[in-house]
Amino acid sequence: MKKLLLGDFAVARGAYEAGVRVATAYPGTPSTEITEELSRYDEVYSEWSPNEKVALEVGFGASLAGARTIVSMKHVGLNVAADPLYTAAYTGVNAGLVVAVADDPSMFSSQNEQDTRLIARAANVPVLEPSDSAEAKEFTEKAFLLSETYDTPVILRLTTRVAHSQGLVELGERKEVPLKPYLKDIPKYVMMPANAKKRHVVVEERLNKLCADSNSCPVNRIEKGSSDLGIICAGGVYQYVKEALPEASVLKLGMVYPLPYKMIADFVKSVKRCIVIEELEPHIETLIKSKGIAVEGKNLFSIQGEFSVNLIREKVLGKKTEAVAAEIPARPPVLCAGCPHRGVFYTLKKLKLNVMGDIGCYTLGAVPPLGSIDSVLCMGASIGMAIGFDKANSDFAKNTVAVIGDSTFIHSGITGLVDAVYNKADATIIIVDNSTTGMTGHQNHPATGKTIKNEQTYALNLEELCRATGVKSVDVVDPYELDKFEQTVRKALSESGVKVIIARRPCVLLTKKLYKGFEITDACKNCKACLKLGCPAIVNTEHGMTIDASLCTECGLCQSVCKFGAIKAK
Amino acid sequence: MDILIAGVGGQGTLLASRVLGKYALKKNLDVKLSEVHGMAQRGGSVITFVRFGDKVNSPIIDEKGADIILAFEKLEALRYAHYLADGGKIIYSTQEIMPMPVVTGAAKYPDDIESRLPNAVGIDAMDKALKAGNSKAANSVMLGALTTIMGLDKAVMEEALTESVPEKLVQLNLKAFEYGCEM
Repeated sequence: MKKLLLGDFAVARGAYEAGVRVATAYPGTPSTEITEELSRYDEVYSEWSPNEKVALEVGFGASLAGARTIVSMKHVGLNVAADPLYTAAYTGVNAGLVVAVADDPSMFSSQNEQDTRLIARAANVPVLEPSDSAEAKEFTEKAFLLSETYDTPVILRLTTRVAHSQGLVELGERKEVPLKPYLKDIPKYVMMPANAKKRHVVVEERLNKLCADSNSCPVNRIEKGSSDLGIICAGGVYQYVKEALPEASVLKLGMVYPLPYKMIADFVKSVKRCIVIEELEPHIETLIKSKGIAVEGKNLFSIQGEFSVNLIREKVLGKKTEAVAAEIPARPPVLCAGCPHRGVFYTLKKLKLNVMGDIGCYTLGAVPPLGSIDSVLCMGASIGMAIGFDKANSDFAKNTVAVIGDSTFIHSGITGLVDAVYNKADATIIIVDNSTTGMTGHQNHPATGKTIKNEQTYALNLEELCRATGVKSVDVVDPYELDKFEQTVRKALSESGVKVIIARRPCVLLTKKLYKGFEITDACKNCKACLKLGCPAIVNTEHGMTIDASLCTECGLCQSVCKFGAIKAK
Repeated sequence: MDILIAGVGGQGTLLASRVLGKYALKKNLDVKLSEVHGMAQRGGSVITFVRFGDKVNSPIIDEKGADIILAFEKLEALRYAHYLADGGKIIYSTQEIMPMPVVTGAAKYPDDIESRLPNAVGIDAMDKALKAGNSKAANSVMLGALTTIMGLDKAVMEEALTESVPEKLVQLNLKAFEYGCEM
């Protein structure tokens, strides 16, 4: 049966059909849907792990214990999981271990544009890269075989356009793969110097063998076309190439690390001009050139952004598509009407504080008119940055706060908090607790008290956790209560030591309520104070302020900031 | 056929693209859709692509590549108008949603959008959706208008729509779809 599947769902289906028993992940766009989809299958144990490092460690354990396992994350998540990955390449696996990593060229929802293939190269781990949903399923199944045949973790690399595009996929049956027996093997699995030295030799031998075998691996194939032009490409780019350059000969790489150098050398010889077309880093190009094979590539194409059919036509054939975008107001993403984060950033801006931000919906606190965040780096960094401000210049402790979400705090903020207490920092940390993982589409996490399958579990208590690290001052405030929240922040900044404020209110999208919406009365003096909230429901028209009732969730923030009592319930 | 669906995050462009995907599947065509998730969905400008035909490679539609632009909001129709292929058609909802720079007064919502859209048909999708019972069914109205204007198979589109919405909302959406078909 053919089905239209999202690339991520196709990966999930491939893993399911390959008999996967364990699936772990921390949510991250564009990889989230892989594990979400796998959680629907009863045959598969799935979990949201607190972070990608734990996800991979659980996955590695499951592989040793004999279960085929898939661990999924976005590109920056692999940085977090890099520590176990690098050494898992030394130990190898027992049952197949596939790490699905989704890169985000053009940064639709990411803080950088890093290229997973470079990490794979540094970690000596092979990489398969599908070009659409059909291949996403096929390559996932192949990745498990590759992992077991060569005794190595395998990275399945996706990009946003493959992960978040839908295409037709032929569904098959699940193949029940029995648990592999677990055999204690200290020289293989205990990575201490004497053992690791021997395993490093194995890593090199394995890679050399993979490299040689890849020349006959069917995922790498040549589509013979004109001998005037040859293109070497992989992944989603292959699909653009087929449309932009239908006449060209194409070497489509399904395995992007290690590379089939003999196949490549023969291909390059067979064409007059050969261009490597790859998004992000010149990974394939650099490796090919290192073998003394001449190809073109980044002399024509940027390392930034995703490619397209038009771009390839322009860069290779010189045919530019003339199209002019209208000059109109931008429509940047904003915090939703009724978002509990709004009151937090409104207050922090009002108090003119330095705000160390973090990763999540609340990163939008950096966007005008709220515009209160000073810095956003990576998951969990807000707390460390606030400590750094204090240690560099203790004056900053009076006007600097860290803002971090509940899920992000659990992901990698806890260790920062331990550092703050241990090293006697003066720091004010605001945990914006909307009781979900918001940006990625509302996943459970350890403090929601629900598992990925919505089963009840112990709900991590953030207040107790903070106190256990040694924080004396822990306040819980509703961020809809602007005055109280402001007072709490002022008090925290006036005190020394580590202070945690938990601004707690569930994400407004979780409450599926119908609202009548507020309206603005004649008492409005058009002072525009409400506009400072940056609420998308409040609109400044030629005839004065209005409220878009279809968006308004009656959160009451605008009523709190209106000095004239001009905002009323309908 | 290459259809670009434009709108504001939260308007239901994803659902519309999935209905069209199902439609293509039922018509035994090759099909690819491309979606935007994550940060861009938070009230930002969003586009999804639907391409179907005998063989589809790229899941994305380039500038000057869309046969149809189906816009759920007027300003968004203009934002992506340069994606329209020569001879293509724009079908847009006359609904206006103010973007943040307009809300804050930093920019003005253009008042000449209609005259700047080439080959365009405006649909009062909000009004028709409300008439059907709920403004959230505006995307079904737009699908109806698309079906009529492009001469697509109405019965098959109804099937695809029925399979894409929760059971209790089927009647509402079919009614909205019908209003859209009547334009």
